[in-house]
Amino acid sequence: MQMPEPDQGVIARRAEIIAAMRAIVPGEGVIADDAMLKAFECDGLMAYRQLPLIVVLPETTQQVSDILRYCHENNVKIVPRGAGTGLSGGALPLADAITLGLTKFNRVLDIDYPNRCVVVQPGVTNLGVTKAVEDDGFYYAPDPSSQIACSIGGNIAENSGGVHCLKYGLTTNNVLGVEMVLMDGTVMRLGGKHLDPGGYDLLGVLTGSEGLLGVITEVTVRILKKPETARAVLLGFNSSEEGGNCVAAIINAGIIPGGIEMMDKPAIHATEEFVHAGYPLDVEALLIVELDGPVVEVDHLIERVSEIAKAEGAVYSRISESEEERAAFWSGRKNAFPAVGRMSPDYICMDGTIPRNKLALVLQRMTEMSAKYDLRVANVFHAGDGNLHPLIMFDANQPGELDRAEEFGADILKLCVEVGGVLTGEHGVGVEKRDLMGEMFTEDDLKQQQRVKCAFDPNHQLNPGKVYPTLHRCAELGRMHISRGQVPFPDIPRF
Amino acid sequence: MTEILKPENADQVLDAVKWAVSEAIPLDVRGMGSKAGFGRPVQAGRVLDLSNLAGITDYDPGELVMTMGPATPMAEIEQALADANQELAFEPMDLGVLYGQADGDGMSGTIGGVIAANLSGPRRIKSGAARDHFLGFSAVSGRGEVFKSGGRVMKNVTGFDLSKLMAGSFGTLAVMTEVSIKVLPRPEKTRTVLLMGADDGDAVTALSEALGSSHEVAGAAHLPASVAARSAVGYFKDAGAAVTAVRIEGPGPSVEHRCTALREMFGKAGAVEELHSHNSAAFWREVRDARFFCDDWQDRQVWRVSVAPMQGAEVAARLKSALDGEVYYDWGGGLIWLALDAREDVGAASVRKAIADIGGHATLLRAAADVRQAAPVFQPQPGPLADLSKRVKEAFDPEGILNPGRMVAGQ
Repeated sequence: MQMPEPDQGVIARRAEIIAAMRAIVPGEGVIADDAMLKAFECDGLMAYRQLPLIVVLPETTQQVSDILRYCHENNVKIVPRGAGTGLSGGALPLADAITLGLTKFNRVLDIDYPNRCVVVQPGVTNLGVTKAVEDDGFYYAPDPSSQIACSIGGNIAENSGGVHCLKYGLTTNNVLGVEMVLMDGTVMRLGGKHLDPGGYDLLGVLTGSEGLLGVITEVTVRILKKPETARAVLLGFNSSEEGGNCVAAIINAGIIPGGIEMMDKPAIHATEEFVHAGYPLDVEALLIVELDGPVVEVDHLIERVSEIAKAEGAVYSRISESEEERAAFWSGRKNAFPAVGRMSPDYICMDGTIPRNKLALVLQRMTEMSAKYDLRVANVFHAGDGNLHPLIMFDANQPGELDRAEEFGADILKLCVEVGGVLTGEHGVGVEKRDLMGEMFTEDDLKQQQRVKCAFDPNHQLNPGKVYPTLHRCAELGRMHISRGQVPFPDIPRF
Repeated sequence: MTEILKPENADQVLDAVKWAVSEAIPLDVRGMGSKAGFGRPVQAGRVLDLSNLAGITDYDPGELVMTMGPATPMAEIEQALADANQELAFEPMDLGVLYGQADGDGMSGTIGGVIAANLSGPRRIKSGAARDHFLGFSAVSGRGEVFKSGGRVMKNVTGFDLSKLMAGSFGTLAVMTEVSIKVLPRPEKTRTVLLMGADDGDAVTALSEALGSSHEVAGAAHLPASVAARSAVGYFKDAGAAVTAVRIEGPGPSVEHRCTALREMFGKAGAVEELHSHNSAAFWREVRDARFFCDDWQDRQVWRVSVAPMQGAEVAARLKSALDGEVYYDWGGGLIWLALDAREDVGAASVRKAIADIGGHATLLRAAADVRQAAPVFQPQPGPLADLSKRVKEAFDPEGILNPGRMVAGQ
């Protein structure tokens, strides 16, 4: 992975930068000791590691603003970091950049039930938002599987999803407002407790921008009342194609379940051996369909889903009859990653999205690739929204296996794009998929995205080297060759 | 009469924009022109009429995605969706009647216009606005370059989400040539529970309680008596009192159950009624399209004010005391529709002042062109935010070729 060449001039000024930071953030908020910096050398993508220049952990918006202004004026780069749980290397440090950690922004500021929203600092965990309101029966809907640890600020940076996206949306559909700081230190608010602020939807483009546009210092999210109840049904099929058809049939019947997950045979076996969830071992594909809402609605719909599944060829069907049983159904799926981790010394988790009707084709091709690369793969799939998580198993101690696994992963993502899907559904581009961006976008597509970056951060100081394979200077991106009067009048109908 | 350029396809859109850039001739970008009254009047040398870029190119109901040309008429989309028992969950309002077009049966306008204005309806509070359902697009930027963003799947974080920027940009950033949107199943059954005679403050409180329940409220509106009397639906027209309404949708047994719960909830606050499918549909269409402010009120000016829902009654009281207008509420109190007798200053200073210390935004939705030329139609932004927005505009359209002045004077 080629990262931007570190600026030796900045590295040479390290002592001066540390002093400047200590003048802004007192006490232990500036970390310069190598042993302590080690804790920040990677995020959830552990294949890539780099010690940051230093780490700064501010506690106030004013400090963030002062830090960014100093860095802006002194040509120092910034890598923003939340909880460091990201899976694509978005918070991978740079040797010549300050890693700006937001973990000390950990307070819940305002719980506003009448307006159904909560204002928190960005370092509050995803689950922390729900914890703050669950005693009163409310919750925050997006639930990435890292929700115990991941921060809400990081969720906005990545536009995190989870298993309930089809019904309740992604982060972008649940954020109402933010306070953010631009690279030059400017503090601004986008949105608030009201809906659809006028003007360009800068909050919308900030969400999922992977720390390239601004540093978030406050967040307003909407909360929902917990559904009365939830029940799940396990459905087994003799082929993934039948499983996929069943999902389409459920949706075509007008039913949008709270969650629909699919696992292929290797994933079923891996998880069953690990947590003994009671999954059938003789099926090729297993669906978990969860319905939530009023008891009467859930009971009604779960019967309908079972009938649809039967018509679509389900060979196994079991409806949860208690909260314990429902939790057991989910326990396998939720432990799929560690379960695969038990089977193999190492694994990488991919994250493409495909049109659902291409599932059978994609799984078939993946089986062929598995043979070609001689590496095992297990699949868990957010079947409702087409988000695929192939887990490629390898042994990093065997020479060449990591490279083979990465090539295999890249081939899967290229296939996702080929069938009309995308490179990443919820984990982000980061450094992991950066060099594949050209598979999905043309040079002009990428340049237009980077022009937006230039409007926020004209010197590429915020998280450079992430998301975009080639860094173009903003002056170059903004240049236009206009040849006045040289373009012929277009040969198109006119009136 | 401004000359109209009418490209046949995306390639010709590119040709037209390239030419306009080289000649420094601004373009007035439009689909059907049904929303020409929304925003500031555009001063342009040519009209770029996209009506040939119409038609649904890909729609598989099981995938919940529809791809189409930007000028595809809303009526055609609604029909295709209805045939598959689906809908646009964000329930975009039809501005046609508000802008004085004859009341047709179908939706007016195009999907491109719906996206460009980021429209939504009463279901906004549950399902989001156009921005939340807009998955991806191809376009020609004001630089005269083809680009795309997003895709045809609903879970996608590959690169910046430029779809969000396009939604609500009123054609000032790029000319869309193809769009993909998320569609959803139509609810099986719809009912509306009514609370009669509540004052504005009590109504907003009752709506907040309903929205804070687990009953998945899909519409929460309040009509003061004078506005209720302008409804075509009997329950409202003849109520002789204010009416507060909550919409419930879903499978039959579930709707029954939730309606019963909400009737009990509302029963503590006053007399309760219930609307079934037909009347429900008619009423929420009126709320969505501001029908109460049409017909003989066609010459009144209309504002749309978005605030935190619980502030709705307070803001409306300020507006009424300063301007003597008529209001009704949607979004549980968070959206205030205000109609004023026409005045040259459209009450802009009073409207902005009413929300200055509360937060929110006000948009002038209907006024004569010269009035919209003079008064800021959209909420003025604080300096740094306005500067950033200007830089974003320049990132797409540095020469100011596309719909200049539509959102902000001089941009």
